[in-house]
Amino acid sequence: MSEVKFTVFRFDPTTDKRHRFETYSVSEKPGMTVLEGLYYIQEHLDGSLAFRSSCRAGVCGSCAMHINGTYRLACETQVKQLGATVRVRPLAHLPVMKDLFVDMEPFWRKYKSIKPYLIPGDDPGENERLQTQDERGRLDVIIDCILCAACYGSCTVNNYDEEYLGPAALLKAQRFFSDSRDQADEERLELVDGEHGVWRCHTIFNCQQVCPKTIDITGSIGVLKRNLMAKRLSPSLKKS
Amino acid sequence: MRYHQVVVVGGGLAGLRAALELNKRNVKVAVVSKVHPLRSHSVEAQGGINAPLGNHPRGSHDSPELHAFDTVKGSDYLADQQAVMRLTSDAALRIREMEHWGVPFSRTAEGKIAQRPFGGAGFPRTCFATDKTGHVLLHTLYEQCVRYEQASERGEMVIYDEQVVIALIIENGACRGVVVWDFQTGEIDVIKSEAVIFATGGAGRIFGKTTNALISTGLGMAIPYWAGVPVKDFEFVQFHPTTLFGTNILMTEGARGEGGYLLNNKGERFLANYDDSRKAMEVAPRDIVARNMTSEILEGRGFEDEYLHLDLRHLGRKKILERLPGIRDLAIRFVGVDPIEAPVPVQPGMHYTMGGIDTDATGASPVPGFYAAGECGCVSVHGANRLGGNSMLETIVFGAIAGATAAEYVLAGGTGHPPKDAIYEEARKREEARLKGMFEGTGTENPADLKEALNQTMNNNCWIFREEEKLNAGIATVEELLERYKQITLNSSGLRVNFDLLWALELGGNLAMAEVMLKGARDRKESRGSQFRTDYPTRDDQNWLKHTLAVYTEHGPKFSYSEVDVSIWEPKERKY
Repeated sequence: MSEVKFTVFRFDPTTDKRHRFETYSVSEKPGMTVLEGLYYIQEHLDGSLAFRSSCRAGVCGSCAMHINGTYRLACETQVKQLGATVRVRPLAHLPVMKDLFVDMEPFWRKYKSIKPYLIPGDDPGENERLQTQDERGRLDVIIDCILCAACYGSCTVNNYDEEYLGPAALLKAQRFFSDSRDQADEERLELVDGEHGVWRCHTIFNCQQVCPKTIDITGSIGVLKRNLMAKRLSPSLKKS
Repeated sequence: MRYHQVVVVGGGLAGLRAALELNKRNVKVAVVSKVHPLRSHSVEAQGGINAPLGNHPRGSHDSPELHAFDTVKGSDYLADQQAVMRLTSDAALRIREMEHWGVPFSRTAEGKIAQRPFGGAGFPRTCFATDKTGHVLLHTLYEQCVRYEQASERGEMVIYDEQVVIALIIENGACRGVVVWDFQTGEIDVIKSEAVIFATGGAGRIFGKTTNALISTGLGMAIPYWAGVPVKDFEFVQFHPTTLFGTNILMTEGARGEGGYLLNNKGERFLANYDDSRKAMEVAPRDIVARNMTSEILEGRGFEDEYLHLDLRHLGRKKILERLPGIRDLAIRFVGVDPIEAPVPVQPGMHYTMGGIDTDATGASPVPGFYAAGECGCVSVHGANRLGGNSMLETIVFGAIAGATAAEYVLAGGTGHPPKDAIYEEARKREEARLKGMFEGTGTENPADLKEALNQTMNNNCWIFREEEKLNAGIATVEELLERYKQITLNSSGLRVNFDLLWALELGGNLAMAEVMLKGARDRKESRGSQFRTDYPTRDDQNWLKHTLAVYTEHGPKFSYSEVDVSIWEPKERKY
């Protein structure tokens, strides 16, 4: 069994003046993921290491972090694809509470600000609302978002504008905007307009590149921009 | 000290649905979850949720009665029949409510909620959103909670993330609040309340080979168990037939519902060689398929003596991408196999605890003011074997019911007297001392080693085929581990963001529930549903048509038994 080096960001703001990187030697098992490596360290080498995890199957969104140069989910990243050293840092643009464990509050606050819930205009009565397969198909992939915040960490705009809503919240806005059952287009467009909204997106595509669900986030933000423009230029234009 | 009329512990499907019900009834509710609600294990559910909607032409005659009968038969007649009728009678209402709240269900050509075949039903009854049904249901319920957190027209609703409930507060036999460890700040606090609902999920992580999230440890069952609430039917564990070899990540039953095959190393659809799966084949109920897969592997017709093949290739690229994109992605990422091109290596893995905190069909436990819903509870609607698609249904149906029952209790005045503040302060101090004591001990045991030993012994001794000798070996190991647990040492101190301490606490829950499971399994000398005893290979209604109840004592669980409600259908031999 070969050894692999884990170089891990360590920082406890209640006791440390600044962060440091510590290196741990982990014996590599076949199929080992970065998350399993972190658990090995936490359980056997240094119990104080802090990181989130839950499903270990890439669907709960707990374990997004910066691994060897890019943002990924630790649970689905194979160690053997990374070379001899695994370098791990926390998500950027969110305050570190301890090591890889960041304060997600700003992320959730922005998510909540776009009214992330269906706003239908009608009373559906007892039966389900009808939705054609085509209408439903428009939600495919967008609804795969697991709110892991990999996009938020990767977005350079989040770096200089603390109030920028960020890719995930805007994607969620587009998810409801695109739902045939939702009737709050104007309201939601208004929420994402403005200086910290869609116009801050500089179409750098970082979010899209790191998204573990390969969602076209930048394109989704583009849909909102296009419809905002259309509304401004010609209020009678149809939603596109 | 905080106060909320009702505290819901757990932010998965059952917990959030209960909270919404309380909020609708203008009861002040707080959800306390050890993870952010969207990280709950519910998010991993894939294939679907059952309801007799009749949207599929082959199921247009479906009804709550037919659904209930399939559920009762699937349970090997251990489910309580009136409770099952409640489950299936509320099913359509709850599913359509979820649709109204925004769940993006897959659709039929007419635009209705689509349904697919699942095990134990003769026709398609399982509603789905591709193979990410749990994900979309959980996100939608959370969205509704956000909506009402922000809304002013209803009572207060608060969600406390990353706060761990570590004890119940019981006064004069009634539940009056919880002790909470704030994981982010390290503070130990008390929430006073009139009632508490537990919706803390399952205990899969007792086993090594499980589909469950790392957080599904059983601590949420152990806390009420330690406080005197009985645990019901805990020996009944569902083993899911198709979990990825190596990681035991779930490959939905929907894969077989959509037409996937299970193949042995000769390329045969071997389920045809077993009496109980010959007719239904891949969509026979889970206990039967898991058992026959295990026989196949034990008799040398598996691969590497470990796994079989789940073959989806004949479904074609289009159907796989449309109906099963999630498991395709998981297979590619975790075993490097694209199901469009090659069969997927699968083996049975621990999936679900049918048993749990003892409740009636209103969600009430024997302790006034204490309720449970979802996987942590046991009504029982699943009996000895749960049908696929019924667990998520249980969460939203009985989540709503438990919320309504707790609301009625609180609005009727609860116990009628406010307890003295002293009991809260006492509980807070006791729990703070207990947690600090865990890293001030002088022991030498590493909790991770104990967890590993527990997982191994449960895999080996409490698996699909059980027998007295092995169960006794498992019990001996767990009893030894419980002793060693008293000698654990943690190398990280402090209460703030301390995972060392969190996992040590979780391990205490693991061990307690493993003991209940093993002893219940040993004492039940029959085979029923998911419990197959090689030394007692038949069902014994004469002696064992009854629920197991375990009550905590210092010397281990004390067992008693209670009647099963068979008031609608006479128990018969279970044939498919």
